[in-house]
Amino acid sequence: MSDQPIVSVRALQKTYRVGEVDVAALRGVDLDVARGEFLSIIGPSGSGKSTLFNVLGGLTPPTSGQVFIEGRDLHELSDRERTHLRKTTVGFVFQKYNLLPTLTARDNIEIARFIAGRSGADDPHFPEVLRLLGIEKRLNHKPRALSGGEQQRVAIARGIVNRPAILLADEPTGNLDTENSNAVLGLLRDLNQRFHQTILMITHNPEAAAYGHRIIAMRDGRVEHTSAA
Amino acid sequence: MTNKLVIENLKHRPVRTLLSTVAIGLQVTMVLTLVGLSRGVLDDQVRRSRGVGAEILVRPPNSVVVTMSGDMTEKIVPFIQKQPHVVLSTGTLIQPTGMFTSVTGVDFPAFSKMTGGFHFLSGGPFRHADDIIIDEYYAKQNKVHVGDTIAVENKPWHVSGIFEQGKLARIILPLDILQNLTGRTGKVSAVYVKLDRPDNTRRVIDYLKALIPDYQILSIDEFVSQFSVNNVPMLREFIYVVIGVGVIVGFLVVFLAMYTAVLERTREIGVLKAIGASSGFILNVLLRETALLAVMGSILGIILTYGTRALVMSFVPGTLNQAIVPEWWPIAAGIAIVGALLGAAYPGLKAARQDAVEALAYE
Repeated sequence: MSDQPIVSVRALQKTYRVGEVDVAALRGVDLDVARGEFLSIIGPSGSGKSTLFNVLGGLTPPTSGQVFIEGRDLHELSDRERTHLRKTTVGFVFQKYNLLPTLTARDNIEIARFIAGRSGADDPHFPEVLRLLGIEKRLNHKPRALSGGEQQRVAIARGIVNRPAILLADEPTGNLDTENSNAVLGLLRDLNQRFHQTILMITHNPEAAAYGHRIIAMRDGRVEHTSAA
Repeated sequence: MTNKLVIENLKHRPVRTLLSTVAIGLQVTMVLTLVGLSRGVLDDQVRRSRGVGAEILVRPPNSVVVTMSGDMTEKIVPFIQKQPHVVLSTGTLIQPTGMFTSVTGVDFPAFSKMTGGFHFLSGGPFRHADDIIIDEYYAKQNKVHVGDTIAVENKPWHVSGIFEQGKLARIILPLDILQNLTGRTGKVSAVYVKLDRPDNTRRVIDYLKALIPDYQILSIDEFVSQFSVNNVPMLREFIYVVIGVGVIVGFLVVFLAMYTAVLERTREIGVLKAIGASSGFILNVLLRETALLAVMGSILGIILTYGTRALVMSFVPGTLNQAIVPEWWPIAAGIAIVGALLGAAYPGLKAARQDAVEALAYE
């Protein structure tokens, strides 16, 4: 891990407008994530962890504060620049897998490359990733023919196919049984260890959080405490 | 990859794809059938007019040539007959019986001579005062045989013969009988003139125009050239109205289909945005889907046009005639594609502007 943080968050606030009411989802978050770190973010519902996920992923702009990812301040980015950030810098893994149901596993991965403008580019690292994920033989199946664990592995492959600086995983085991959960968490740890992939994982589950190097606990829109896993 | 996504999206919802394609196809068929009927009816008129075998047509002063309205005295017939180069002149009287149908009175011996003779498929010419002859299309459409009785102008007529189509009219009565029946004694609607040589046509027309300047005198070529959509009152406007209805139908069908698709795919749109798809990419996917539906619908619509022609020619060949008009295929397809793309514009923009966080949270 290098000393220069890949993610640096200072006094981050995010307020949503729900109807006529302002809801403060983040109330001053400070956070540094080192390059190659596997960070778990834990907290109850409403603690602001999903909002933090959305802001770090460039899905929604911060209301105030500074969010630097690889030295770029997200607060300064236009919609177009945040779209570019999602193509090149951030990968996502969702609780509900969120694969496109009309495409095969292979095409679900390929479309992420296509959108990033890397279609056809040879990536010698990726076949190894597919082997690690254990989905080489399931690539021609559509999501409905895959188990939850397989779908989540395809989603992980899609999330890292463009070699993003950070992989954001939002409750990646939330829909999986224990066996598949352990397998997916093991894969995330392997990706982190073998390929130095920086991972931020949101979870409710303390056992899952323990797979990270470090755990931060959130409550009421703030970081409550940080601990080593 | 974009095209693969488009095709897989269409395959993923086969019923919606099929219904959209059929709806667009019906729109295309509607336009092509209307144009085909217009062209077919007019072309049939041309064929039958040429089947008379005349070189020149004389019509009354101030009459509308194509609709054959207006009468003139039948004394004009022997007058024209006496002119140089005229071999034969014969008058006909036309009495409309419906929107597309009429009965024609002819001087049978002269008319038959001018046409080169009627070919009767069954029966023969008039023998009695209540005899009528009909062409094969009228007989087929109305399931009439020689010896049957049909009603024309509120009077029963005995069918004495069924002739091969292409001889000006579908229903023919002796001229004097139709004149008396319609209270137009001594009147004719048109005079057909046969010349000694076709290359005298222009000379005789000029001569007749000098003799009877108020009358409309045309070569048969000039006459049939007037059987175009532009010369039939209101037909062009009617076609435009049908095309307008077609565009609106296509617009609404695609609007609903794409609006539903966008709602249904809200989460997928969120996923695409999360992996970096721009608004333009999402709009592009939806517009390509729409264009593909419109192209498939257009092909189906063109194929269906052969079906509507078969139906017309099976059931109403005596009233209507439908042509296949390939030069209108790209026009009809263009109308369908434009209508469909307009229909997809709002759902497409809605999808493109979808907030990624809200879309990902959509259940």
